[in-house]
Amino acid sequence: MKIKIALAQLNSRLGDLTANLEHHLAIASEACQKSADLLVFPELSLTGYSLQDLVPQVAIRPSKKDPTFKQLLQASLEIDMVVGFVEEDARHRFYISAAYLSKGEIVHIHRKVHLPTYGIFDEKRFLAAGDTFRAFDTRFGRVGMLICEDFWHVSSPYLLWQDGADIFLLQSASPGRGVTDENIGSANWVETINRSYAGLFTAFFAHSNRVGFEDGLYFWGGATLFDPDGKLITKGPYDQEVITYAEMDLNQLRRTRTRLPLLRDERPEIVLHELGRILKHD
Amino acid sequence: MIDLSINCELVRNILVRFIHSEITRTGYKRAVINLSGGIDSAVSCALASEALGPDNVLAIRIPYKTSSPGSLEHAQLLIDQLKIHSITIPISDMVDPLIVRFPEMSKTRKGNIMARARMIIAYDQSEEFHGLVVGTGNKTEILLGYTTLYGDSACALNPIGDLFKTQVRQLATELKIPREIIDKPPSADLWQGQTDEAELGFTYDKVDQLLYLLIDQRYQISECVQEGFDEKFVNLVANRVQRFQFKRSLPPIAKISSRTVGSDYLYFRDWGT
Repeated sequence: MKIKIALAQLNSRLGDLTANLEHHLAIASEACQKSADLLVFPELSLTGYSLQDLVPQVAIRPSKKDPTFKQLLQASLEIDMVVGFVEEDARHRFYISAAYLSKGEIVHIHRKVHLPTYGIFDEKRFLAAGDTFRAFDTRFGRVGMLICEDFWHVSSPYLLWQDGADIFLLQSASPGRGVTDENIGSANWVETINRSYAGLFTAFFAHSNRVGFEDGLYFWGGATLFDPDGKLITKGPYDQEVITYAEMDLNQLRRTRTRLPLLRDERPEIVLHELGRILKHD
Repeated sequence: MIDLSINCELVRNILVRFIHSEITRTGYKRAVINLSGGIDSAVSCALASEALGPDNVLAIRIPYKTSSPGSLEHAQLLIDQLKIHSITIPISDMVDPLIVRFPEMSKTRKGNIMARARMIIAYDQSEEFHGLVVGTGNKTEILLGYTTLYGDSACALNPIGDLFKTQVRQLATELKIPREIIDKPPSADLWQGQTDEAELGFTYDKVDQLLYLLIDQRYQISECVQEGFDEKFVNLVANRVQRFQFKRSLPPIAKISSRTVGSDYLYFRDWGT
């Protein structure tokens, strides 16, 4: 099966849900016209990233009744999509979440587990951390979602892989740092690791990163899709607000894993056993 | 040798888009810059001109009677090259009535008065020109506190504040700033013969390398000494960076209530845009 994925590297208005929702719907409409099957927005695409005390003001209880989700779910009748937002739970904790929407349903929500709170990041001050990594079934196969810092912990994609994910969708709002090389230093790092994960997990690895500025922070875009061979299928331009389209030939999973059976030969029971020993020892 | 080279094309691209984004998102489209004739303001001007178009940039020449005539000429070179708007407003008539009241006034006081008079002019012109004041302070001077608070450091946005002085020089070459401006000794031009390096007591080349280790690379003082820097110099610079933290901070507000601006009322400036 071949599917067309659309990676939307958009610029969000900081704390303006209404404007960002309109922007999402316009992009979804455009992606539909281009016959895309799956549209991935960046982290916190509906709200902007540097929210600080705006967090409770933009938080959403995702359901078919929520006015924002109602419109997104309507759009998902035409195209599957992953949106980024602040999720509020029943007890008023706030999470950075990614929702996979399809055919008018909320298929899965991932709450960001690893909240960076160092350097330029201050997420734990304002937000609660998720505590699960779960793959889930979609009409294209089994998917695992990661949000930005989740991806810097190798256990995150590993767990999703072991839970059956063949398509990894990474959302981020990655601020650029480092200007000594040909490209932004942080972009080089992120791309290298995206490629490594695709190869190590013999899976598709898609990355949707935002563009634009928030105060001095600069987001660099550069969406990528790597295939199970670690081959770059597509790369969006840096800095520009564009939708990058790519075809995913899902049959490549079979071809690659026949040649390179890393999934077959992985020994998660050793990981479990050894981690048990290590954690007990500590 | 510590390498402070930057990819100038990449930096230029980011800074041009930064200026465009941070000015246009607030509903403005124009910039106002105090153009001293030195390299920092020349670079900010060139970036703003590229970001907004020359017709949307106003360069202000703000000489004092003791300013070097070369400064005015160098500023004019850049104005002509970029084809930006300009205005010349001498500050002597503004600041002298205050200065003459205190015959014993130190050079530092006079320099601060001049820097603040220039700030008043930039903000006044920004209202008339319907633009925002673009800053011209580099990372070296910000870290060393080598600026006048509410004077030359005052601005609405600063494109070059994360570039060391030696990196500003690299970017100036990329931007084709006239050689005369790049090559002359840096000076605040507050009194005749003043140069930054004489006043600071060390060269930008040397201090930038040290600051890069101390700040960017988080070296400890002992590690900087191991890298070959003189211990006294390292301590002098480290102390100076610490002493001038107040110039890099908004004034502390005494916390009385349950929610206080600056401590637990936190929003980015770009809120809503």
